[in-house]
This record gives sequence, C-alpha cells and structure tokens, in this order.
Amino acid sequence: MKFKIDEKKLETDIARWVKKHGSERSALITILHEVHNEYSWVPELAMQLIAEHLGMHPVEVYGVASFYLFFHVEPKGHKVIRVCQSICCDIQGKRAVGEALKERLGIDFGQTTYDGEYTLLYTNCMGQCDQGPAIMINMKPYTCVTPEKIDAILEEENSGAHK
Amino acid sequence: MIKRQGPILFSPFKSGSGLARAFAMKPEEVIHTVDEAKLRGRGGAGFPAATKWRFALTEYGNPDPANRYVVCNADEGEPGTFKDRVLLTEYADLLIEGMLIAGYALSASNGIIYLRGEYLYMLDDLHNKKMEWRKAGKLGQNIDGKGFNFDIKIRMGAGAYVCGEETALIESLEGHRGEPRNRPPFPVNVGFKGKPTIVNNVETLCLLPHIFANGAGWFRAIGTEQSTGTKLISVAGDVGKPGVYEVPFGTTIADILEMVDAVDVKVVQVGGASGSYLAPEEFNRRICYEDVATGGAFAVFNKKRRILRILENIMEFFVEESCGQCTPCRYGNECLLEGVRKMIRGECTEAYLDELLELCETMSLASKCGLGQSSPNAFRQLVKHFRDELMWVDPIAAR
Repeated sequence: MKFKIDEKKLETDIARWVKKHGSERSALITILHEVHNEYSWVPELAMQLIAEHLGMHPVEVYGVASFYLFFHVEPKGHKVIRVCQSICCDIQGKRAVGEALKERLGIDFGQTTYDGEYTLLYTNCMGQCDQGPAIMINMKPYTCVTPEKIDAILEEENSGAHK
Repeated sequence: MIKRQGPILFSPFKSGSGLARAFAMKPEEVIHTVDEAKLRGRGGAGFPAATKWRFALTEYGNPDPANRYVVCNADEGEPGTFKDRVLLTEYADLLIEGMLIAGYALSASNGIIYLRGEYLYMLDDLHNKKMEWRKAGKLGQNIDGKGFNFDIKIRMGAGAYVCGEETALIESLEGHRGEPRNRPPFPVNVGFKGKPTIVNNVETLCLLPHIFANGAGWFRAIGTEQSTGTKLISVAGDVGKPGVYEVPFGTTIADILEMVDAVDVKVVQVGGASGSYLAPEEFNRRICYEDVATGGAFAVFNKKRRILRILENIMEFFVEESCGQCTPCRYGNECLLEGVRKMIRGECTEAYLDELLELCETMSLASKCGLGQSSPNAFRQLVKHFRDELMWVDPIAAR
C-alpha cells in the first residue's frame, strides 16, 4: 500500500486554494478541509506549503491539523468510515454495526485496508441520535444503520460520484 | 424529525415579516424589544441576549460596522443534541433573518455561521439559501434600500466538541487550535480578530424573527417568569418517539416522558453529557433556566441499562474532547475515567470514590472553561443516584 503524493499537483492545488480562500491565518481550517477533500489526509509537504503561503511556521499548521478529529496527519484510506460512539447510538446497536464493519472490511478500528480503500474509525456524537446507530463515510452521514445494511451502504458509496 | 410543533419556532411564519418590523425601528429599539421579550441563549447557558448585545456596544470607541461580528454557533456538539440540525436543514430562512436582525441591532456588517464538521453535508444547501437571500437583495449591500450592509460567511469546524465554547469557537475561526481563552476580556469586547463579536446559538437567532413579528409581550406570555418562550428538546434513547419537540419552558420531565412514550425509565440525561442526571423521584422538575436547564439534549435510559456503561462512555468522551490546556480538566477527566474503570474491575474502594468526588469539586472550581467545569457533573450525579449499583462487586468474579 503506497501513499505517494504527486508533489507538483499538491503545489498547484494549494496555490489555487490559497487564492480562493485568502492567505490570512483565518483561512487555515478552510484550506485544510480542501486538502482533506482531495487527498484524505494532510501530508507534511502540504503543511509546509500552506505555512509558506500563510506566513506561519509549518509546526503551527501541524498543531492545528492535529487538534481536530477530522484532520488526519497520517495517511488514511480513500473512504474514512466513522462510527458514532456516543451513548445513544451505543444503546441503539452501535456495537453490532462496529463488529459487522470489522468483519466485512477485515480490519480493526484504527486500521486501513491493505488496498488503501477503507479506514475504520470512531467519532463522537454526530447529531443523529434519533436515528441511530449512525456512521459517516467521508463526512456523509448514514443513519439507522444495521449490520444487514452495510453491504448496500458500501455499494452506494462505491457507485456514487464521490471518489 | 420534528415530533411536536410548538407555538413559536415550528409555527407558520411569513419569511421576512420579523425583519420588516425590526427595520422599522431604530437599532436601540430592536435591542429593547429583545430585552422586553427576556430572550435567553438557547445553547444551554441561558445568558440574556439583550445584555450580551449591549455589552458589545460599549466597546472602546470603534463604531465601524465592518469591525463587528455576529457569529452563529452551529457547533451543536453536546451528545444527544440535534435540534439545531433540524433548524439548519428545514428553517435556514429563519436563521438568516435572525442574523440580519442581530446585525441591524448591533450595526454589524459581518455575519459568520460556524458549522460543525459533522454537518458538512448541509453546506451546499446553506450556501444556496444564502444565494437566494442575496438575489432577493436581502443580503449584501444596502439591504432593502436601508443603507444597511450585512453578509454571511459559512465556516466549517472540523470535529471538536470544545469549539462549541464561544472563545474556543473564535480561536478556531482565527485558524488556531480550539483552545478557550481567558475571560475577561469577553468576545463582546475582544472577539474575532480582536473585534466586538456576539456569539449566539442557532435557536436563539431563529427565535428573533418570531419575536419581532408577534411582539415581545406575546413571546413573554409563553414559558415561565424567568425563562420565556419555548425550548426545542431533542429526545433520544429508550423512547418510543425520538425526535425534536418544541415545548414551553416550565414543562416537567414527567410531561415530556409521557409525550415521547418512555416506559420503565431509570435515568434521564438532560443537557447532554455535561448536563443533569435525574432519577424518577425528580421527574416533577421543570425544564427552565431556574430549574433544569438544557441546550436541548434529552436522553432517556430504561431499567435495562447499566449505569457503569453509561458513565464510562461519558467519561471517555470528555477525556477525548478535552482541549488539554489546563490540568484540572485534562488530567482530572483521565482520573475520573480511570476511577470508572476501577469500578468496572471491582477495585474501587469507598475511600477512593470519596477522593474522586473531591476531585470533581476541584475540577469544577479550577477548570478554565465550561468543559472541565461541568464534566464532573456526570460523575457526581450518577454516583449520587446510583452509588450502590456503581460500587457493586460481583462476589464470584472478584475472587
């Protein structure tokens, strides 16, 4: 499993995003979201490039990126699956969903599949408590999830326009 | 899902009718109306909105509207709260109108919606809604020909519960780690980029158009003396009818449990993980700021649920979400979690539990922000109601 970054593309992308969102520090999180949307994680090179554009130190970019749950400073799969671990989803059957995902993907929570396709993680309350258990795949929520629905959900993800 | 339409937020409303009334007044009169209505913040803390706005006007001689900010706190992160989710997806018009009213009252030209990362899927629709208002000449320059400029930016969060705290939210907007600031100074004086900033909850802002369309007196007549109007409650857990309910302040827990088809209730968590935990003997208490306050979360657990499991889940949440700045919160929550795990293993002594309860007091006193101040609530209250259950050791397993 390789996570090779096309450095030239990253440079152009970041320059484009800085142009779009501005080069003030207040644009940082918006730019990090763009990086994430395109690459699924924030490589060190991205941090250095952003730091240069925004007039910051790369370690400051690292400090911000590593603070937030949805920014990854290590490579992740193309599709990051997050299972809500809050108490309401828990009592509605989150554990069965978690086990079914582990089984289906062949990985444990915190790991990524060998082909680099899926990463399985937890998240805290997604705000879908009346329709739990809830999961997110690349920030798109799925509610009332059951072990039986997982294949269909993954199918929908793969056939959709998302990358 | 909206399960109960109350007399205010979910009642029929002509978009723009509140704003029209506000525009016919002077900004000071707008604030006076909000004061008359006794509108209090719906994020959970219940701070009087008019007071907060007035503080923002007494800043150090800088009347430039370009230097004032109206921020909508859409970082609904308290576990069990999903009422803003409904407002943002189905009542975004109300929110924009409310922000316009707030902007007009404060002579501010900048609006920002801080939208939690988990609600990224709403971003496109919110942008489109904004565009509609712009096209209608109701956002941007010279709104309604009144010489009033106001526009709204939407900024995303990225998964941090603590960013629901207003100073952490502002830090996040500025491109920093979401670490709460020391107060004073408060955001109303030194906020986003050091400028006067009011931060209000989605629900608070959505109530404004209704208050202006129907009058402060009408609003005040609903609810209780100190908690006027209605509250959105997001009900989940062991209930037959989960969803969002609009109830007048003063409604009792028992009333709500009946509305939502809850049976065999063991404990109700009102106000999320950092809120109040109530056992059946307290179900005659009322939802209002003077009794049981809540940002909206209302989670019900029945007699099948194990308190130890609930408590562990909640303490794990706080350990993860603590920003880490201050020791009482960062380390204190870890100690409490370890204490819960000791209970699970049957190793927690009564003496140790008493020490942990003292630690709770310390955390509440010494933590820098609301997270550390209220995370011990769960521990303290669940121990108070269910000490025997928590401390019970399986005699066979313990051998």
